[in-house]
Amino acid sequence: MKSGSRLEKILAAGHFAVTGELGPPRGADVEVIKKKAEHLRGVVDSINVTDNQTSVVRMCSMAVCKILIDLGLEPNLQMTCRDRNRIAIQSDLLGSYALGIRNVLCLSGDHNKFGDHPQAKNVFDVDSMQLIQIVKKMRDEGKLLNGQECEGKASFFIGAAVNPFGDPFDFRPIRLAKKIAAGVDFVQTQCIYNMEKFREYMKRVVDMGLAEKCYILAGITPLKSLGMARYMAKSVPGLDVPDYYLKRLQGVPKDKQAEEGIKMAVEQVQEIREIPGVAGIHLMAIEWEHRAKEIIEAAGLLPRPEVN
Amino acid sequence: MVVAERKPIQEIMAMVAEYNKILLVGCKGCVTVCCAGGTKEVGILASALRIARKKEGKPLEIVERTLERQCDPEYIEQASDVIEKDGVEAILSMACSVGPQYMAKRYNIPVYPALNTTFIGGALEHGVWAEFCQACGNCIIHYFGGICPVSRCSKSLFNGPCGGSAKGKCEISPEVDCAWQLIYDRMKDLGKLDELAKVFPVKDWSTSRDGGPRKVVREDMKL
Ligand code: SF4
Ligand code: SF4
Repeated sequence: MKSGSRLEKILAAGHFAVTGELGPPRGADVEVIKKKAEHLRGVVDSINVTDNQTSVVRMCSMAVCKILIDLGLEPNLQMTCRDRNRIAIQSDLLGSYALGIRNVLCLSGDHNKFGDHPQAKNVFDVDSMQLIQIVKKMRDEGKLLNGQECEGKASFFIGAAVNPFGDPFDFRPIRLAKKIAAGVDFVQTQCIYNMEKFREYMKRVVDMGLAEKCYILAGITPLKSLGMARYMAKSVPGLDVPDYYLKRLQGVPKDKQAEEGIKMAVEQVQEIREIPGVAGIHLMAIEWEHRAKEIIEAAGLLPRPEVN
Repeated sequence: MVVAERKPIQEIMAMVAEYNKILLVGCKGCVTVCCAGGTKEVGILASALRIARKKEGKPLEIVERTLERQCDPEYIEQASDVIEKDGVEAILSMACSVGPQYMAKRYNIPVYPALNTTFIGGALEHGVWAEFCQACGNCIIHYFGGICPVSRCSKSLFNGPCGGSAKGKCEISPEVDCAWQLIYDRMKDLGKLDELAKVFPVKDWSTSRDGGPRKVVREDMKL
């Protein structure tokens, strides 16, 4: 065991893992977090806490992770390179570990141009690959980036994100290989809609022997409506939503589209479970935490296994 | 070269509002090449200011000059005749932002920048310039097929495209090329794709602006 986190234990035991996601509030209200968190209790093995996602200011990931720990839930701290230099990153990592956080997801972060403070000075001192190296060095060598010994190791389970649909497609498996070389233990993928392309990606990844070196959790985001599907297809860079889904939602009355979206998500989970090399799913039910359970349940993934 | 563009006329008008006589000084260096502050642009701005001020009923006298360069004390000196004898009240510099700083250092009257210095770049086509370098102080483009990831990738990534790269464009805008698509294509053409499979370690930014204001000393050149 590297970190002893619940997520690590589930994966190490060979269970099909389920992770969820919680977006912190745009404010200081703890109740919002508690409410969202309760919907995920017993439903997922670990909860990603986003780090100012889409560059919009929100309560910090570290604080929300600590609140989840206090609620008896396991968090997965997201850490982006956009807002911190290597000094802040390492300091935040040490603090997070001290608070009981055991999973870290290393991300470059969305560009600040999209967010609510496009005038901000961004950082990008290190990239996500280098961030993985920093966390690994802390954990395996007990050292900071500059080689200095830490007083107490921070033993994290190291995660990263991968996008099988970003361009150039041929480079994507290589980039995963790089993340593994840098020290990643698990990755969560961008939301998958184009199953065919994902299969092709996974085939290459498995052929390269990468699926044995790192756990791959496939990203699922239920489409709540035709409007959302259109938005995801058009406006989210690097996301691939085939026409099939748009057409399918188009054929459903507005008030039934949410149900259809859930049905589609369940089908996706079932399809993904059949793909070799996939170790679990990462359910990003954006502002739909209360519906996560239905999806996981219908996909036959409840109850979650016990590990200790 | 250093690429710059002229500030909006209203902003410049406000800068010189209180003066009756100014020196409008251009530069024959980079800003001439990027058509922002050469002799021609000095002439255009001077006419525009004169006309606008005449309309306001408060005529502005403008002495026009274009120096060889404004980033060298030797050439800055060449403006001393006008400034010291001609009753010039302020200087409006059309050089990159080094120019007004040099003018301000040499002459004891107010100096205003008429340009915004934008980046180190090159011309893509006539009238279009793009950023190519952030002067990080330790050039590494040879690892990336001659394409700079520091300045041309929106997130300065060293290890491949982020998840937002789509159809050759950067996630921030369909107008911006994804530097990593360019790097990938170029390395592929060169038969060097395997070099991109290495993990590129963290960069030492101390040679960049992060090490504080920089200085180059060439002992062999000193007099
Ligand atoms: S690597 Fe540094 S010096 Fe070279 S082009 Fe990029 S920013 Fe400029
Ligand atoms: S899309 Fe390409 S250029 Fe833009 S931030 Fe990502 S890797 Fe860099």
